[in-house]
Amino acid sequence: MPQGERELPRPTPETSHFWEGTRCGELRLQRCDACGTVYFPPRHFCPKCGSTHVSVFRASGRATLHSYVISHLPAPGFEPPYAIAVALLEEGPKMMCNIFDCEQTPEALVLDMPLEVCFETINDEITLPQFRPAREA
Amino acid sequence: MKPNSVAIVGASETTELGKVPTMSQVQLHADAALNAIADAGLELGDIDGIATGGHNAVEIAHYLGIVPEWLDGTSVGGCSFMLLVRHAAAAINEGLCTTVLITHGESGRSGLGRHGSSIFPSLFQQQFERPYGVTRPPTMFTIPVLRYMKQYALTEETLAMVAVVQREWAGLNPRASFRDPITVDDVLNSRMICYPFRLLMCCLVTDGGGALVLTRSDRARDLRRPPVYIRGTGESGETPLISQMDDFTSSAAFRVAGARAFSSAGICHDDVDHLMIYDAFAHLPIYGLEDLGFVGRGEAGPFIAEGHTRPGGSLPLNTNGGGLSYMHSGMYGMYALQEGVRQMRGEAPAQVEDAEISVVHGVGGMFGASGTIVMTNVA
Repeated sequence: MPQGERELPRPTPETSHFWEGTRCGELRLQRCDACGTVYFPPRHFCPKCGSTHVSVFRASGRATLHSYVISHLPAPGFEPPYAIAVALLEEGPKMMCNIFDCEQTPEALVLDMPLEVCFETINDEITLPQFRPAREA
Repeated sequence: MKPNSVAIVGASETTELGKVPTMSQVQLHADAALNAIADAGLELGDIDGIATGGHNAVEIAHYLGIVPEWLDGTSVGGCSFMLLVRHAAAAINEGLCTTVLITHGESGRSGLGRHGSSIFPSLFQQQFERPYGVTRPPTMFTIPVLRYMKQYALTEETLAMVAVVQREWAGLNPRASFRDPITVDDVLNSRMICYPFRLLMCCLVTDGGGALVLTRSDRARDLRRPPVYIRGTGESGETPLISQMDDFTSSAAFRVAGARAFSSAGICHDDVDHLMIYDAFAHLPIYGLEDLGFVGRGEAGPFIAEGHTRPGGSLPLNTNGGGLSYMHSGMYGMYALQEGVRQMRGEAPAQVEDAEISVVHGVGGMFGASGTIVMTNVA
């Protein structure tokens, strides 16, 4: 049975740019300067070609709902039932998230629906990227 | 891997399975180990190689009073034991040791003497998944399924059929935890755990263990039990993060491990008499049947629902009742291997007649790793 506090990310050297980004409201990804691959989670090299020439850039924040479950199990910091989802980012990578501003039901959570990034500030150090249904452009 | 050069000569589960409040985790390892060594007609002193997953291999060796010449502690989840069979066969062929004992014990239900909560920690999972409320396997392993269901029009009813068919097999097995027949309605009316997964689509949580003894085939023929030969093997790993699985409808680790096992064994699908696919959750046999190449993409659900894998069907699958109905301590791979051995020895409770080739396919983590073993009773 899960106990205690919600688990929060403990940033590491290769992920610090990501967590710095979310603190200032930016979703940051990496792109390989050699082969163009966009990848996530963060690393100091391209997992496709091995090049260490990589750049950090701000992602569009646009995504679609790729898959999810609605958990009825207890979890610290969550009130079941809640969705655990995977967003497919416009740039290609996938990212786990919760879905904000949306009923946590199969009827409301429709696969491939457009999502946009939003940010959940937990404390001074940690802000989590989250997603919500995209608002009309 | 040289086909049939190494054989399983001893195999046993723990004396008791299910709820075993009288044994710590390492005790379960030892109970199974002593049973398997006795099954082989060997003694502790004959063992010169020790392998285990999910537990410190040195602790197992010390507990058994063995100072081995070869150790393997590969821990990649529930399929660790498939990988350990593969590694043991390679080590025996290389002459690193002669007689390997592979043990598993897990106090999954009673929690006696268990290691910490996360035995397969991942840096990225800590940062990029756990903050989103993933906890136990039902909240992770299940995540890709809605994508599969949309892509191939798999219904909840068909998913439920996996559990129904496996309960039919469990009904034939006196040691199975749950044996009463169930219907699709029973499954779909059981408690919601993690939409779209209901209780009866999720594995049990039990205590138990199992062990295998392997040696060279030329030596195996002089031992007590009929040898079960290791004909082919494969292993792979994709990602410790379910969210980073490349294709939510197919496991890269399954495809690589399965293809390698089939090619090294020199068999095709029609040669397979008996099949085990690690079923922590109801979707795993579906992914497994497709990724191993038994059926085409999107065909596995209907294949199961039409009865091809049930008792009397053309492809007997998970004949012990599986993790859904037989037992599941947490790392189920050992029990799938045990059932493969029983079938090849002709002594399974739900014996497949004249079975000569068994394929045992495992998963580790949440589609993270995979191992596939092809066994045969034909030298």
